[in-house]
Amino acid sequence: MALTGLFLCLFLVGHLLGNLQLIAIPGVEGKRAFNEYAHFMTTNPLVKILSYLTYISVLFHAIDGVLITIHNKKSRPVKYVYKNPHNNIPWYSRSMAVLGSLILIFIVLHMSHFWWKMKHSSIPMPVHKEFIAKPQMSPYGGIQDTLVSYYYTTKGDYVPADEVKVDYSNKKPEFYVNYQKYDENYKASGTEMKIGEGYKDLHSLVCAFFGQDKMKEAGIAANSNALVAVIIYVLSMMVLGFHLMHGFSSAFQSLGINHRKYNKLIKVVGKAFAIIVPTLFAIIPIVIYLTR
Amino acid sequence: MKLTLKVWRQKNSDDKGKIETYNVDNISEHMSFLEMMDVLNEQLIAEGKEPVAFDHDCREGICGMCSMFINGEPHGPGKGITTCQLHMRSFNDGDTIYIEPFRSRGFPVIKDLIVDRSAFDRIQQAGGYISINTSGNTIDANATPIPKDDADKAFDAATCIGCGACVATCKNSSAMLFISAKVSQLALLPQGKVEAKERVLAMVEQMDKEGFGNCSNTGACEVECPKGISLENIARLNREFLDASITSDK
Ligand code: HEM
Ligand code: SF4
Ligand code: FES
Repeated sequence: MALTGLFLCLFLVGHLLGNLQLIAIPGVEGKRAFNEYAHFMTTNPLVKILSYLTYISVLFHAIDGVLITIHNKKSRPVKYVYKNPHNNIPWYSRSMAVLGSLILIFIVLHMSHFWWKMKHSSIPMPVHKEFIAKPQMSPYGGIQDTLVSYYYTTKGDYVPADEVKVDYSNKKPEFYVNYQKYDENYKASGTEMKIGEGYKDLHSLVCAFFGQDKMKEAGIAANSNALVAVIIYVLSMMVLGFHLMHGFSSAFQSLGINHRKYNKLIKVVGKAFAIIVPTLFAIIPIVIYLTR
Repeated sequence: MKLTLKVWRQKNSDDKGKIETYNVDNISEHMSFLEMMDVLNEQLIAEGKEPVAFDHDCREGICGMCSMFINGEPHGPGKGITTCQLHMRSFNDGDTIYIEPFRSRGFPVIKDLIVDRSAFDRIQQAGGYISINTSGNTIDANATPIPKDDADKAFDAATCIGCGACVATCKNSSAMLFISAKVSQLALLPQGKVEAKERVLAMVEQMDKEGFGNCSNTGACEVECPKGISLENIARLNREFLDASITSDK
């Protein structure tokens, strides 16, 4: 319980730092940085090991927590007629299983919103695009800057979006161009050649999910229930905060780490962690809702 | 003082039991809670009814017998006291007071407010002892140097009177505070080191067998313990247990 709980706390820190890129860097740099990060997180083998560890931890933590809670409930077969628990412990310390179960529901919802679409969905993800100003002939004469859309490849090149075909059959966006091949008799035959791979545009997906589509840059239909989504996410983070308000310092006590010199530190760090981490998580959808 | 008492009545361990309502009058605020119960019982006897059975012995806060769950708290309102040390001035004229037995699978009700707390004895017997030389060359306890701080902590742990308030108030009905006090008072001293590993494993095993729940560190026990046994002891128990589980031969 304690080990999985603390491991999940570490996971939260990592996940938070990654996600803060959504709002920390403005403009196209932020979008590129986040999509590169998302690509790294879905392809790196070390991250894969970490992510499986996280899935196992959540499952083990949740199953163990529920089993312990059921056992504890059974340890008092006849309940008190009059119980007055308010004067000795806070409500969240008594409600860890309820709070945890709400977190579990949130995790399932959250994964269906982004992880599932990123990994398995049959609906292809949008591909990371950038708009670059190009001088072009204006129909009214003269030269004018026009925005041209480009795909950004995993090699760091730009390919013009209008001139390539995106193929998703390998579960990743691959760019193909028509390529004329000539044999020794100079007979032309058309074939398709892969010229690069792109990034899935998770950034735009997230912005469309929480945002009000102010910029229309996503190219995805905006979520008409964005406000509901934001509220659910913010409430879930409050639930997580209360779970940690008890859980963080509790885990140290479970491991036998209790020392007069450090108790205060553990308590203070625990409370700070329980407030700061969920608050920063909750800020992300709020900022996206207000600005995108 | 005039009071309405809602008392748990249960003929024996097979009876289902229920709350009965009694009225008492002329209760002095200087009475202890147990003296108030005596008044109630005399009244019941005078009416030809069965008096309320409750445990008590020393009536001065050292034996731990007077287990009662009063208005939702073990030993009633007030911190650091047992029921016999609770005075009627803690209540107001006209109050309604709920009086129930301690509840836990490990503490089955024998009759009315009396519960069987022999589970604590069995846990104690499972490992709460040390080996000493009794063959004529007994070592004087004071001949073994012990750091003052350890001696103080061991003594603090040893003040546990085994009353069971920690179990009664815990939402998990866990007996960890009691066991942690019993393990700590020995583990802290050189004389207790010999059996330290077997002791903690055996006592925790017995605790689970008796049907108590698992500690989830809510800290309610520390608040209600009449002797102020600290949660520090539970951490020590967890530490001893982890260490013994990993390194003991058993
Ligand atoms: C990111 C998610 C989560 C984090 C960071 C987290 C963290 C923690 C921590 C640190 C503890 C204290 C462990 C201890 O005292 O030894 C704890 C306890 C607990 N957690 Fe979670 N948890 C999470 C999700 C969940 C979920 C999904 C459930 C599912 C039901 C859950 C149920 C519980 C329960 C019942 C306890 C109390 C168990 C006990 O102390 O005996 N948690 N959690
Ligand atoms: S630890 Fe405190 S509450 Fe528990 S049995 Fe000992 S004296 Fe009573
Ligand atoms: S009767 Fe002995 S402690 Fe209350």
